[in-house]
Amino acid sequence: MEREKVIEVRDLVKRFGSFTANDRLTFDVYRGEIFGFLGANGAGKTTAMRILCGLSRPTSGKVTVAGIDSHRPEEIKKRIGYMSQRFSLYEDLTVNENIELYGGIYGMTMKEIRPRREELLRRLSFTGYGNTLILALPLGLRQKLAFAVALFHEPEIVFLDEPTSGVDPVTRRQFWEMIYETASRGITVFVTTHYMDEAEYCDRITIMSEGRIVALDTPSALRQQYGTASVEELFVKIARPQRINA
Amino acid sequence: MAFVRKEFLHIFRDVRTLVILFGIPAAQLLIFGYAVRTDLKNASIAVLDNARDNVSNELINKLEASDFFTISNRLDSFDEIDATFKKGKIKAVVVFPAEMSATLTREGHATVSIIADASEPNTASLVTGYTSGIMNDYSATLTKQITSGLPVIIPDVRMYFNPNLESHFMFIPGIITLVLILLSALLTSVSIVREKEFGTMEVLLVSPLKPWQIIVGKVAPYFFLSLFNVIIILLMAWFVFKLPVRGSIALLIAECMLYILMGLSFGILISTIVDKMENAIIITFMGLLLPGLLLSGFIFPIENMPKIYDYVSMIMPPRWFIEIIRPIMIKGAGFEYVWKETLILAGMTLFLIVLSARKFKVRLEENAR
Repeated sequence: MEREKVIEVRDLVKRFGSFTANDRLTFDVYRGEIFGFLGANGAGKTTAMRILCGLSRPTSGKVTVAGIDSHRPEEIKKRIGYMSQRFSLYEDLTVNENIELYGGIYGMTMKEIRPRREELLRRLSFTGYGNTLILALPLGLRQKLAFAVALFHEPEIVFLDEPTSGVDPVTRRQFWEMIYETASRGITVFVTTHYMDEAEYCDRITIMSEGRIVALDTPSALRQQYGTASVEELFVKIARPQRINA
Repeated sequence: MAFVRKEFLHIFRDVRTLVILFGIPAAQLLIFGYAVRTDLKNASIAVLDNARDNVSNELINKLEASDFFTISNRLDSFDEIDATFKKGKIKAVVVFPAEMSATLTREGHATVSIIADASEPNTASLVTGYTSGIMNDYSATLTKQITSGLPVIIPDVRMYFNPNLESHFMFIPGIITLVLILLSALLTSVSIVREKEFGTMEVLLVSPLKPWQIIVGKVAPYFFLSLFNVIIILLMAWFVFKLPVRGSIALLIAECMLYILMGLSFGILISTIVDKMENAIIITFMGLLLPGLLLSGFIFPIENMPKIYDYVSMIMPPRWFIEIIRPIMIKGAGFEYVWKETLILAGMTLFLIVLSARKFKVRLEENAR
């Protein structure tokens, strides 16, 4: 694997008043990597991810995403894709209308959108579903489509915020196949998750606890280092929060 | 028992339920008790005294002395009446005929014209009724003094702008006022809050769209739909209720656009403080519909309310909008009569836009937690 950095984070600090959500985070993410971001609720994952997505500014430290400094979030936003745990397609619009909307938001013209849309529908074996309302699709298909739409403008990095919560095991499996396929195309996948078995599928994982990174390596290296049989055990061992998060 | 206790705990721990429980009855009592008054108090009237003799003077004094009226203007000619009404403050003009005293002694009776601004039919009937009453009282005292014949002052009532006292002259501008603010504020707030609830807002925020583009994109359709609505209401008013727009349609539409813009920024503001669609709906109704209905002068004239209600109503945009469109629609008033109200409304709109844009930005940062 070529080691081209697509995300560089140096001493990232984010404070909200007296509360430090991110405390001197430093890490790199390489092109085509599946990078897992783990942590208990309130550990600061979401805050860090929002900064990487250009939604929030760091209090101090240096963040570069797709070669662009975090002080130019508009440029970052053009080069990334995003999909959240909550469902993010418009249910009362058709498949085609959703795709056209996202293409349009990312500045594509209808001329560019149309052939790519047909290609996408073919790839997902969705041909003929173009005029179906999202509402009428089963959850698994919606999730697949949402992922494909997040990749529609060919971003360098795609951020997935707990993409598989509330999804059945079969769909989760299919979803991870899509993630692998995406990474093999050279698109970096940055994923947060609660499922420890999913963490095992990542190339490298980061575990956050109380605003700090407490572990960062490949799942197997971490297991060895801490002498645990699974990432789950490892997580419980090192990421247990010390205080009550009200 | 344990179950009942639990319910009490729920209620006392939730501020909102407490407010609904105790705040709403109190507010209703205050609003209905004082704002909803159907009697007359200190209505502004003007006199056009062509007589300038002892009879007209005495009558003017009597009018002034009553609690019902304040004579706030003395006119010099008939030509001033129309403009006086268009300004909106004066509810009626009492016109005394030339040589009234002489006519009275010579012919035994004289006619005093009471011209009322009937764009608010209820107030107009009250004003003319009370004025006629005072005239009749005075006639009665005269009858005792002068024994020859029956000298009577005959009130000649004329309803200006709305001769048949049709109540929809009053209701239609009021309904436009309410419908517009409700629609524009409600639809915008609900549609923005829905994006938050469904998680699609996040996706929009991560996209290269700038926050202002998201906001403008969200509200633009509602702006045009609301405007379309205005046109439908006006057409209905015209064809169904035979209420023509007497003033400039272009001016009316422009004022409506300003008002819609205000409703939309209200909606954005609401959307920044709530996270659930139901809450957006409740706030819009409680915050806009009730005060809009009761304190805007739509049904109950503000002049009759205690002063404090007058001040409260001053911060309500619907009040100013009614004071703008009623004269335009019914009295045919031009911009020169409503520019002050327009300026106030524009100021409020600007304030709301700035405030909601600020809040929207703050919300984005807060969400990061």
